[in-house]
Parts: sequence; C-alpha cells; structure tokens
Amino acid sequence: MSTPAKELCRLGLREAGAGVAAKAISSTELVEASLARIQATDGKLGAFLAVCADRARAAAKAADARAARGERRSELDGVPVAVKDLFVTKGVPTTAGSRILEGYLPPYDATVVERLEAAGAVIVGKLNMDEFAMGSSNENSAYKPCHNPWDLSRTPGGSSGGSAASVAAGQVHASLGTDTGGSIREPAAFCGVVGVKPTYGRVSRYGVVAFASSLDQVGPLAREVGDAALVLRTIAGHDPRDMTSSTRPVDDYLGPLEEGARGLRVGVPREWLSGGLDAGVEAAIRAALDTYRRLGATLVDVSLPHSKYGIGAYYLIAPAEASSNLARYDGVRYGLRAEGAKGLKEMYAESREQGLGAEPKRRIMLGTYALSSGYYDAYYLRAQKVRTLIRRDFDEAFRGCDVIAGPVTPSVAFALGERTGDPLQMYLADIFTITCNLAALPGLSVPCGLEAASGLPVGLQLVGRPFDEATLFRAARALERELGPLPAPPEP
Amino acid sequence: MPISDFQVVIGLEVHAQLLTASKIFCGCSTAFGGAPNAHTCPVCLGLPGALPALNRSVVEMAVRTGLALGCEIRPKSVFARKNYFYPDLPKGYQISQYELPICEGGEVTFTLDGRDHTARLVRIHMEEDAGKNVHDVAADGSSGVDLNRAGVPLVEIVSRPDLRSAEEAVEYLKALRAILMALGVNDGNMQEGSLRCDANVSVMRKGASELGTRCEIKNMNSFRFLKQAIEFEARRQVELIEAGEPVVQETRLFDPDRGETRSMRSKEEAHDYRYFPEPDLPPVIVEAALVERLRGELPELPRAKAERYQRSLGLSAQDAGNLVADAAVSAWFDAAVAAYGAGPEAAKKVANWVIGELARLANETGEAPAAWKLTPARLAAVLRLIDAGTIGGPGAKQVVEEVFRTGAEPDAVVKAKGLAQVSDEGAIEAAVDKVLAANPGEVEKYRGGRKNLVGFFVGQVMKEMRGKGNPAVVNALLRRKLGD
Ligand SMILES: [Zn+2]
Repeated sequence: MSTPAKELCRLGLREAGAGVAAKAISSTELVEASLARIQATDGKLGAFLAVCADRARAAAKAADARAARGERRSELDGVPVAVKDLFVTKGVPTTAGSRILEGYLPPYDATVVERLEAAGAVIVGKLNMDEFAMGSSNENSAYKPCHNPWDLSRTPGGSSGGSAASVAAGQVHASLGTDTGGSIREPAAFCGVVGVKPTYGRVSRYGVVAFASSLDQVGPLAREVGDAALVLRTIAGHDPRDMTSSTRPVDDYLGPLEEGARGLRVGVPREWLSGGLDAGVEAAIRAALDTYRRLGATLVDVSLPHSKYGIGAYYLIAPAEASSNLARYDGVRYGLRAEGAKGLKEMYAESREQGLGAEPKRRIMLGTYALSSGYYDAYYLRAQKVRTLIRRDFDEAFRGCDVIAGPVTPSVAFALGERTGDPLQMYLADIFTITCNLAALPGLSVPCGLEAASGLPVGLQLVGRPFDEATLFRAARALERELGPLPAPPEP
Repeated sequence: MPISDFQVVIGLEVHAQLLTASKIFCGCSTAFGGAPNAHTCPVCLGLPGALPALNRSVVEMAVRTGLALGCEIRPKSVFARKNYFYPDLPKGYQISQYELPICEGGEVTFTLDGRDHTARLVRIHMEEDAGKNVHDVAADGSSGVDLNRAGVPLVEIVSRPDLRSAEEAVEYLKALRAILMALGVNDGNMQEGSLRCDANVSVMRKGASELGTRCEIKNMNSFRFLKQAIEFEARRQVELIEAGEPVVQETRLFDPDRGETRSMRSKEEAHDYRYFPEPDLPPVIVEAALVERLRGELPELPRAKAERYQRSLGLSAQDAGNLVADAAVSAWFDAAVAAYGAGPEAAKKVANWVIGELARLANETGEAPAAWKLTPARLAAVLRLIDAGTIGGPGAKQVVEEVFRTGAEPDAVVKAKGLAQVSDEGAIEAAVDKVLAANPGEVEKYRGGRKNLVGFFVGQVMKEMRGKGNPAVVNALLRRKLGD
C-alpha cells in the first residue's frame, strides 16, 4: 500500500503478477502506479498516443475480484501492459501513427489484444510509433516523436519506439510491438530492453494494421527475457482468422529458460562483424560472444553471403505490399476525408495527400513502381528470388549451429533529427535485422551492456531456426543471468 | 458494304456467384438484399487489420465446376491482389486469382440449329465480388456504398475467342448456365446479377487469319442484351473498318435503353492492376483425393440428361433440350414422371404439361419449381383424373391452374368447381337428342354422306353440356343415333 509508484513500476512482469496472485499488491495499485508514471513522465518521453484509464481501471478491478476469489487467469493476470498503436482496440483510438486514421475507433479487437486480456493483462494505452510502422527512429509518427529514456535527445528507435521506451522507462511491465524489418529488435536495442520478433506465422496478425503482410510479425518487449517469453507464450498460436498463422503447437518457452549456454553452438556470421560497425558496439558484441564461450558455448564461423542484398530486396517487397495495404485509406469510409474536393478522384488524392506523411508516400510510390507492369519481373519478382537465396543461406548456416549471434544495429541510439533528411541512411539502420524477416525466422534482441563512450545500451541479436524461439530465450537468458540487469535509465 | 463480308469473333468471361451460405473470406451471409451493409464485418468491410480466411466450400464448388467442364484442376493455385481504386472496393484491391488459377482448359458444348458446337475455355478462377455504389440523386445528390455483396464468392469462366455469332454466344451462355445450375453451384438468376457476362468482340474479313482489335463489353445480365450488344458492336466495328478508321481497344458498356454500346474508358487510361500474390493467403491446395471425391459426386449433366430423355423416354430433341435448360425444372419433371408412371407415353404427357402450361404459369409468378404449389404428385393426380375420364382436356387446364395458384388437391378442385366430366349415357343421350332435333337439315346432310359434320354435332352437344360431356361417349352415342 505504501510502496511508491516508481518502485511498483520497476517490478518485473512475472514479479508483479505473482504479487497480485499472493494479494501482496493489487492490480488496481499496479495500474494506478502505471497511470501515474505515464502522467509524470510521458510529457518528456512521448511514448503514448492514447491512454485508456477507464478501461484499465475496470479491468484492474475485475482482476482484483478474481484474486479475491483465488482465481488466476495466468501469470500476468492484473499486470499493466501497453500495445503499439498498430493493434486495433475496440472503441479505443487506433491511428497507426497516422493522421489518416485520426479519430478512428475500431469496432473490434486484434487477436493479440484479446489474448492478452483473456490472460488477465490490463491494457493501459496505445504506444507511439512510426506512421504505419515505417521508420527506424519513431520520428515518422504523425503526432510526435518519442524520446529515448536513456537520453531524451536521442531516438528510441522505430517503428515500435513507444513500445520500447515505455518498458525501459518503467511505465508498463511489458508491451507489444511489430517487426517488419527490425522494428522490435532495433528499439529494444536502443532502449536496453528485450525484444522478440517471432517466426513468421507464430503470432496472429488479425487486427494488426498491415504494413508488409509477408514480413510483419507481432512480438513482445519486456525488461527481462523470461517476461518476454511469458508474453509470447500468451499471444502465440494458431488463429483461424489469420491463415498465415501456424498450427504448430506453442513450445514451453519458460521450461528450458535456465538451462544455460553450455553445449550451445553459436554461429557468428563473418559478414556481420567485418566493418561498418561503430567501435563501441563492436566491442560490446565481441564481449558478449566471449561471455558465451566462457559459459561453455562453442562459437562457429558461419557465412550469410546474400545478406548484403537484404536491404535492396526488402525495400522492393515491403513497399510493394505496403502500396497495396495502404490503398484502403482513401477517405471513403473512415478516417480523414479532405473537405471541398470536387469529384471522386480529387477526394481520393486530397485525402491521401493530407492524411499520409512523407515516408508512407515515398514507399507507396516505390511499391507502385515495383509492381507496375513491365517492371514486376525486374523488381518485385527478382527481390522474391533474393529472398529465397537469403533463406537458403540461413538453412545452410543452421546446419552448423543452433543460434546465430551478432549486432542488432551498427550504432547505439542516434540523435533525433540526425538522419531524417536522408532516408537511405535511415534504411541502413535495419541492415542486420532485415534478413531475419525476409527469411521468416525468429530473432531476439537482448541487452549486452552499455557502450563505453556514450553509456547507451547495446543489443545483441540472436536469430534461430524456424519456430525455435525456445533456444533464443534460453541463450538470451544465459547472457542476461551472467551480465546482470542493466541499471535503470535516468529519470526523464 | 455488307457485314456479311466479315466474321465476328467472340470470347466470353462469365461471372457466376457460387451458392455458398457465407462469403468467400468471412462468415457473413451471402443472402440477396437486406438493409445496406447489414451483411458485413471487419473482413468484408476491409477495415484496418482485418484478414481474409478462405471458405473451403468455395474451393469445392470451383473444383466441381472445373470437373464438369473438363478442366485440369491445379493442385496448388494462388490468390492474387488486383489493385485499383473504387468506392465499392473497400480494400483498394480485389482478391482474385491471376497467374495460377484453380482450373485450366476445358470446354462447353452447345447446340445451335441442330448442330453441335464446342467453345474451349482458358481458365476458371475464384474471386470476391465488390459492393455497389448507391446514388441518392433524389434527396441531396449524395452517394452511399453498400457492401453487402462485397466478398460474395464468384467464379470467372473465361472462354477462348471460339464463338462466331451472337447466337452462338447466347447458346454457349445458356448451356453454361444449365450446367452451373445442374451442379448446384449457381442459381442462374441473371436479373439479380448472380450470373453475368463480359464479351470480347472483334471482327475480321472472312478468310482472314489474324484477329481484329477487340473491345470488351461489360456486365450484361440477360441473353437478349448479350445478343443485342454483340450485334451492335460487330456492326459498329465493321462500319469503322469500312470507313478506314481504326478500331480502338477499349472497354464499352451496353445501354439496354438505346440498344448500343458506349465507350467506358480508353486504352490510354487503362488500369495497370499491379497484380501480385496475396500475402495474406497461403496457396490453395487441392488434394487428389478431394478431386476424385468431387468427380464421383458430379450429377448427371444437362447434355447427358437430354440424351437420356430422348433415348429412354422417347422425347424429341427439342423437348429434351427445353427440359434440361433449368436443372430445377428437369428435377421437377423427373419427379412427376416417377409419380405418374415412367413409360414413354407418360413421360410425353408430363413433358407437354411442363413445357406448355407450367412454363407459362411459372413465368407469370416467377417462382422456382421447388416452390410450385403444384407438386409433381399433384400433376400426376391430375393426369390420372384425365385417364379415368373424370376430367377432360379443358377441365384439366382449369384444375392445373387452380392447383398451381392455391395448392389445393386436384380432386377437391374438380368437385368444388364442378369440372367432372359427364359420362352418364342418359344425360348425354338427352343432349344428343336435343341437338339432333334442333338441326334436322345437318342430320339430313350427314346421312347423305357429309360425314365430316360429326365435328359440328360434337361441338353442339358439348356446348349443350357446358363442356363436361365425355368426348368418347358423346362420339359413340352420336354415331349410333345418326345411324352409323
Ligand atoms: Zn464479412
């Protein structure tokens, strides 16, 4: 009762859930602490686009009633979490970070939102993001940039920047993001939290505003590996409403969590550590690899020769799909409609002109071009062939190792405004994460220390075989246990 | 310049709504009508985040259609997105099939002027229908969008340019419609748009080997319009060529009020649909075992049925063709023949009623055979009443009409309306005597050899008996009285 809000907010997800179950703390206390912390910090942080306090308080009350009856829906029953504004939430504003959806109230909940709530989690709000998940710095949000809690002058990474920043700053115990080319792993690395991009098809995309359908995947962000594993277990599994979701049973991620790194074969792609990395990042990554060796893992030299084509292929496939996915925002049925347009064509053009930001427009143009007749074979189809080659590289590499390790990003969090004038420079932030999406594999970012010079977090990326998230969690946990938790970022 | 110097070349693209209860990618009802947007959900409204989930019965119906038309069934077909902007297209793209459709090849055989023709098919693919725009000009000039039809499952059946006249096109479409209805995959209702077609029309000089430039005429929903549109379009193209002007490839609309086609958009503005494989749907896998099961379940198809009617029931080719054009009608016919007695003579009688009187009545009410109050058993009962001499031809017609409208039992109608034939010799004799007494001159002439006067006497007796005299008894008594 007397615990300060800030301390309640620093509790791990499972810790908080256990507290509710033991009636040591109430869900209402946790939710009030979370709302208070958002209130106190979000003016500077900008992690939230919408806070749904009433809905959260009602859910907390229900969770406390369950606890009083000795019922428990799951280990995260009663715990406050938040979701990227890309997930539709019934009656709660959902904008995908875009003006074109300003004021839109969806009539249904995304599957992952349903699953979180069915498990008893309390959703306190919707998190800031790059418009339609297009971006690597959260500066493409149509509403406001999000700031990195470690240094407010820096970006939290994108596009799930709000999801990473809110967890790092202790506003919520865990969050959901989406990852199309690195959008969970990159902000997780920049903000010093754990972020997981599961195997494509592991989590339902139903109710996730689509960016690039064949690449998008939903995943958790949390401060501890085990918490991320718990959230993934909660949201994963087949959904008949998403035909691309897998019918494979969901593994028990928490069971093998503490098995350690002994015997693990860790593949190190030589292309990922051969220049182009900031010295401080490289030092932290090499130190993490040494830690694995010390813990009894074997480091294996592997090669991903086609990964250099990843960015090129990605920036054809993702915009192609996006150009089609974003066609529905036309001002006819919901969202923003331009006033005073004469005729249908003008209404379309004006609504899209006013409602969409520069980055979505850029990608719509790119994608429309890549799919247009006469160019399809040269661009879209060729990119799909590259995708196959990249997948084969990984298949080959996984013959010799169990998990691949390397950097998440070439640098630590960069300054807000530093790259906004140069889209190509911005796209390069995804250079190490994109191939994992193209190959549909699971990837995870786990903090591996602070860069010496800047004192900012560095993330280690782990990539696994299809549906082998369990090994990623186990490997990440081994490192986390060895390195100990990162210090909390400074108070915003 | 005679049009007869030219050959018209036609290919048809037929859109048929599949008779599933729910839409192709969601659980919403496919029922016709309903308040605007009553049959919609996030998926068929294309709301942000919604995803399509394929209705497997659409696949089964498409495969059934392909098998009936002799197509190859692709074990792995792929959905694609066809991208374009239109208010009734909620996602900004239509989910259709493009490079890898579910069925390829196949053919449709039809009869015209007693000769068989075959048109080859290119493909059959599955797709979703769009909604419709509703323009409320009367009120404030605003437009609304009704998405009840959005996501209704369709197959598009594409023929090669194998048709050589408007008549051939119409007979092709009739044959195709009969097959789809026999399969139970389509209701054949062209007024409600559940079967509609586009025609690709070009002309070339007779003897030429290269096809002319074609125009596509969109969305015709009756046989008559199809015929008119093709004839108009062929004439228009011939006139252009004869005047030395080029035929421009374009999409045209048929205006039924003026009987002409009009340009919809020119090639310069033609859409680039930017097709690409639909990433939200995995490939459609059709297992060989499913194909074999569906092949085994195919019903008797119209042409086979028509042949059987001729062979085993002795019906004429025309009557047989007539009956099988609508699977529901031929099913009704089969049931009536079974109820009445299956011999050729019985079948001929039933066929006459179905093609004649019942077709006329059904045309008036617009009811499908399954809804007719005149059931096969009731027609059989009427025919038995005729055979027993209880009613005659004119009485039977009245009975049938009454039963058709009310669903009353035939014998009850006969009783209520007093339609029973009089076979009682006493009553007939009295009428005969009265007629003979009233026409002494004609009696004299008959006896003098004018035997064809018997028809006059029969008519008079029937008149006297208000049509209810048993013709056989009347005849017999007349001849006896007249001294034959
Ligand atoms: Zn629906």
